[in-house]
Formats: sequence, C-alpha cells, structure tokens
Amino acid sequence: MAKIKIDKDRCKGCYLCMVNCPNGLIKISGVLNAKGVKPAYFSGSSKCMGCGMCFVICPDCGIKVLK
Amino acid sequence: MKNKVLMCGNEACGEGAVLAGCKFYAGYPITPQNELTAYMAKRMLETGGVFIQAESELAAINMVFGAAAAGVRAMTSSSSPGMSLKQEGISYLAGCELPCVLVNMQRGGPGLGNIAPAQGDYFQAVKGGGHGDYKLIVLAPSSAQEFLDYTALAFDLADKYRNPVIILGDGLLGQMMEPIVIQAADHKPEIIDKPWALTGCKGRKPNIIKSLILAEGALEEHNKKLQEKFRSIALTETRSESLNIKDSEIVLVAYGSVARIAKASMQMARSKGLKVGLIRPITLWPFPDEAIRNACLSARKFLVVEMSAGQMVEDVRLAVNGRTGVEFHGRMGGGIPSEEEILQKVEALI
Amino acid sequence: MKTPKKKSLQGAIATKSSRPTFAQPMSLRDVENHYCAGCGHGIVHRLVCEAIDEFGIRERVIGIAPVGCAVIAYDYWDFDVAEAAHGRTPAVATGIKRVRPDDIVFTYQGDGDLAAIGTAEIIHTANRGENITVIFVNNGVYGMTGGQMAPTTLAGQKTSTTVHGRSLRREGYPIKMLEMLAVLPGAKYLERVSVHSAHEVLRAKRAITKAFRMQIEGKGFSMVEVLSMCPTYWDMTPIQAADRIKNEVSTFYPLGVIKSC
Repeated sequence: MAKIKIDKDRCKGCYLCMVNCPNGLIKISGVLNAKGVKPAYFSGSSKCMGCGMCFVICPDCGIKVLK
Repeated sequence: MKNKVLMCGNEACGEGAVLAGCKFYAGYPITPQNELTAYMAKRMLETGGVFIQAESELAAINMVFGAAAAGVRAMTSSSSPGMSLKQEGISYLAGCELPCVLVNMQRGGPGLGNIAPAQGDYFQAVKGGGHGDYKLIVLAPSSAQEFLDYTALAFDLADKYRNPVIILGDGLLGQMMEPIVIQAADHKPEIIDKPWALTGCKGRKPNIIKSLILAEGALEEHNKKLQEKFRSIALTETRSESLNIKDSEIVLVAYGSVARIAKASMQMARSKGLKVGLIRPITLWPFPDEAIRNACLSARKFLVVEMSAGQMVEDVRLAVNGRTGVEFHGRMGGGIPSEEEILQKVEALI
Repeated sequence: MKTPKKKSLQGAIATKSSRPTFAQPMSLRDVENHYCAGCGHGIVHRLVCEAIDEFGIRERVIGIAPVGCAVIAYDYWDFDVAEAAHGRTPAVATGIKRVRPDDIVFTYQGDGDLAAIGTAEIIHTANRGENITVIFVNNGVYGMTGGQMAPTTLAGQKTSTTVHGRSLRREGYPIKMLEMLAVLPGAKYLERVSVHSAHEVLRAKRAITKAFRMQIEGKGFSMVEVLSMCPTYWDMTPIQAADRIKNEVSTFYPLGVIKSC
C-alpha cells in the first residue's frame, strides 16, 4: 500500500494531479490555504498504488510519494 | 467636440498617432510599453491602417523604413533594450531623410535591467545611438495629455523636416492613467506632398531612397545639407517650459516624469520662502539653450535632476558655459526621486 | 511497489530509461516558483534537472535562460546559468560550448525567443551543428509581456495583439520550427513532446534525457520542443489548458520524433 503527501500551502490549485490520478484519489479541499486557493488533497484511500503520476504532473514539486 | 477619457500614457500616445493620420505601426512586445502595441493593434484595424507585430524590434524599424519610404506616416515603439536594437535602422532613416515617429518608454538598464521607469537613454536619443552624424528631434512629454499632443505633433515635424522624431517617455508615464481631452480639431494633420517617395515611377523620373553615397566628396556634401537642416530645426522647433525663473536663485532642470516631481519640490520650496524655479525642456533636441542662458541672469545654481547617472546635466553645463554652478541629483536603475529628496538637495545648496 | 493496473501507464513506467524517481531532483532548488498555476514551466524545469542529476553532470552544466516567463530560471536551477539577450540564446550557447567543449551547454527558450526574434540564431546554430541541447517551450503566446501573439499562436486564437483572433491572411501561419530545422544536416535529433498529462510528461522526460545524452556522446545538435500550458493567457483553467493541448494544439503541432540521426 502506498500513499502521497500533498504540500497544501505549496499547492496553487491547478488540480492537474486530480485528473492524472488513475484511481481518482485526489480531491479539492474546502479550506483555503495560505495562497488563498483551495488546495488539492489526498483522500487517504488504500487504493493508492504509488504510481507517482501525481508527482510527475505537479509543476511545483508539491507532492511526495511515500511507499 | 470635446471628449474626455481616462487613458494611460501609452494609449494616449497611440491615439495621438491615430489623430495624426498614422497608417503604419510595427512593434514588438516589451514592458513597459505593451499597452501601446496592443492599442495600435486595435486602432490600426479600426482606421484602415496596418499593424504588424514584427519578429523583432530590428525587423520593426526596417518595416517602418519601408512604409516611410513609400510615403506613409509610420511609427514604431519600444523600450530601452529594444531601442538599442533599432539604432542601425534609425541611422539609415536619418541618412535617407525618411520621416517617422519612434517612441521609447525608458526602463532601468543597462542590459535587461528592470521594468521600472528610468531616463538612461537620453544620450542614445539625443547624441545619436546609431552611427554617423545625425540628429533626431526628441520630444519629452510629461503627462498623458502631452503624449497625445506631442505624438500628433511629431508626425507633422517628421514630415516637415524629413527626419525621424522620437518621443522619449518612461514606464511611469506610459502606464500612469490620467484624464485626457481628445480634440480632433486641435490635431488636424499637416499633410504635405512627398514627391520623393517610392510609389512607382509612372509619369515621373524614378525615385531612389539610399544612404550609400560613394562619389568623391559627395557624402560630405550630403552631411552639410543634413547639418543645415538641423540648424534650421534648432532655430524654430525648440520647446520648453520655464516656471518662476525671474527671481530664482536655484533653478531645477528636469524633463518627463521627473519634471512633475521637481515641480512639486519647487512649490514646497516656494512655500518655505525659498526662491526656486524650474526649467522643463520639452524638446531635448534641440536643447533649450536659450532658456538656460536666460536663467543664468538670476540663478546662483542649477540643480539638474534625472533618473540616470547624469546625462542631460552635460547639456545643461554646455549651455551654462561656466556662467554659474551646475549641480546634479540622480537616481538609477529604476529609482524614482521623491519631492522631499529633491527639496533636501535644494536646501543644501542654499 | 505494486504493479500499476492501468494499461495506459504500463508502457510509461516499465521503460528503464524513464523510470520515475518521485523525488525532487537535487539540481532543482527546493523553493516555490513564480509560475502561474498549471503552467508547464515547472514541469519542464524539473525534467531538465532530473536528466542532469541522472547523468551526474550538474557541476559541468551551463544553462542559458531566455527572455520570457522563465527569465529567472536561474533562481530555480542549482548550476551555472547565463542570461542572454532576447533570441540570442543559441549564439551565447555557441560561444560557451566552443570555448568549453567538455561542459554540457543547453538553452531553454520560449516561442518568442526561439521562433520570433531568434530565428537567425537557432537556424545557424543548428546549421553549424553545434553540439548543444535546446529545450524549446512552446505555449503559443507571449506570457511575460502580457499575452501577445507568438509565432506559434494558432489560427483564430485571441491574444492582446490579435483581438479578433489570429488571421492567417494578416499574421501568417503558425511556425513549425522543428520541421523547418529538420532540413539542415547539422540538426541531428529533433522531437516534439508535451506536458499536458503525466503520460506525456514521461515521454517528454525520455526525449529531454536523450537530447542531453546526444551532447554527452558528442553526437551534435539536438532540440526538444515541449508543448506547454499557459492557462492565464489562453484564458482557461489549467485542466482546460491541458485538454486544449491534447485536442487542439497537438493536432497542428504533432507529437513525435521529427528527425533522429
């Protein structure tokens, strides 16, 4: 089982990670971050494969993939 | 019919060009004059003119060369690094005696610099940034209204003297928004015939536009003719504004946006009982030597203020010619002097 | 690590040369970047740094940054960088590579820098077969100066200098630089890639890695054109911008190898 960690204050809210996760495990938070945007967040699901596509697409190195 | 609108200097400049019958604009994006390029993109389309976003500033000046050679009122604009690219083309335009209007919204330099306002291109515009002996008529507006008025005037001067005319602004003036009056009746373009233009030789001898003059002694004769032209421009086209000169002990000299700040400093000084005046050159070439000389009668000192390391100050010193003292206060790299800072300098001189 | 189940990812991950590491490369400074949300520059910067790390060449890499949104790339790259005047980037690279042939010299240029003002420089640098790597980020617009038309702006696309949309009659056609340069014998490897999806980013990484390898092995001039998003001046959300590349931009600018010698 793998999981990811999204740096919520680094996130600019582009949500490219959300549409690139093959299992749809990334969602949009309802709480504004320090930048004043709603950051992406990991749903915490055990379905995460650690494929790293979220890391690959993030323009801000805002996601860590943890195995 | 009076029409008052809120416009930034860049756009007011573009509207002045439209009023003057400019029918060709070529430019390239560079901050802080992009509003002018975008404005011309829109207005040239609306008025049946030509707009080209060229591949570079170098291409743009040569497109202007072409349009001007074909007898059309043509303009290009840029900011400091882009103006450097245009210098070769400007020398050619001057050598071929082609009319055109250039606009430089100066920014911090040298090199890529920054996008803040500066006045570091005075030498480039006034002393000739391109090679050879030539002069550009240099106009220095200090408000959005003056951008409209002087850009329109620039086209008439360019045609009248068959010479490039440059509007020397800066990023502050270009992007500052002010209410302006657009009165078409004030700017009826003085359209003159251009029998020298390249329009196809039907019914006349062929015209040649060139600056290569190889025959023995001929280039010197051409240069003498150009110098005669510059002398006649200097006699009739010098413009400046003088405020409170008669009894002034300290005379501020500044142009463009710095002149507005210096004007505030002058008013602050006067309210303190200090005898301070201001000379604001409007043409930087021809330089208002006479206005400076007249001020020497009362002035103990001139204080020249520029957003540069000191460029116009040299022309002030030349005009003063040792009669009295000339001091300098400058800010560089996009620094803008405040009224208080200038006042402090004035007080230190008294 | 569990094998990913989705077929579309298998090809991307299984290929040895593009195995993702999921860690910020050492050559990329760990600072936040100024690019807009969803801009492709952040991705391409990282891919360049990943290649540099994988080849272990950080201490002999010299990058040349462009005029454009990426003008301050040197704030993000932890190696030697020069700034060039607009469009002159390949000429500056030539000067550096000729006097330091064992260093790895690459340019990073936008569509204005490479395809507008710098056309003479890129053509002649490729023609001379300079042994350098060119990364060409094509987002079809001038971002830094406020969204003006670029040579690669598509027909009908609205920009601040094409208010009614680019007119082919007035403004000409979008330029295909790779296809044009392919004619030159000096140009050895030319590929067009994209960063609009994770799958394409992995392909882009392979191409960028190959372009650096070409230089390391002394094989001549290589250039990778990267189709990138500019949500701000395309007036779209980042997800819409990514879709625009997939559905529109890449139909005019086809992805793939244009030339490989």
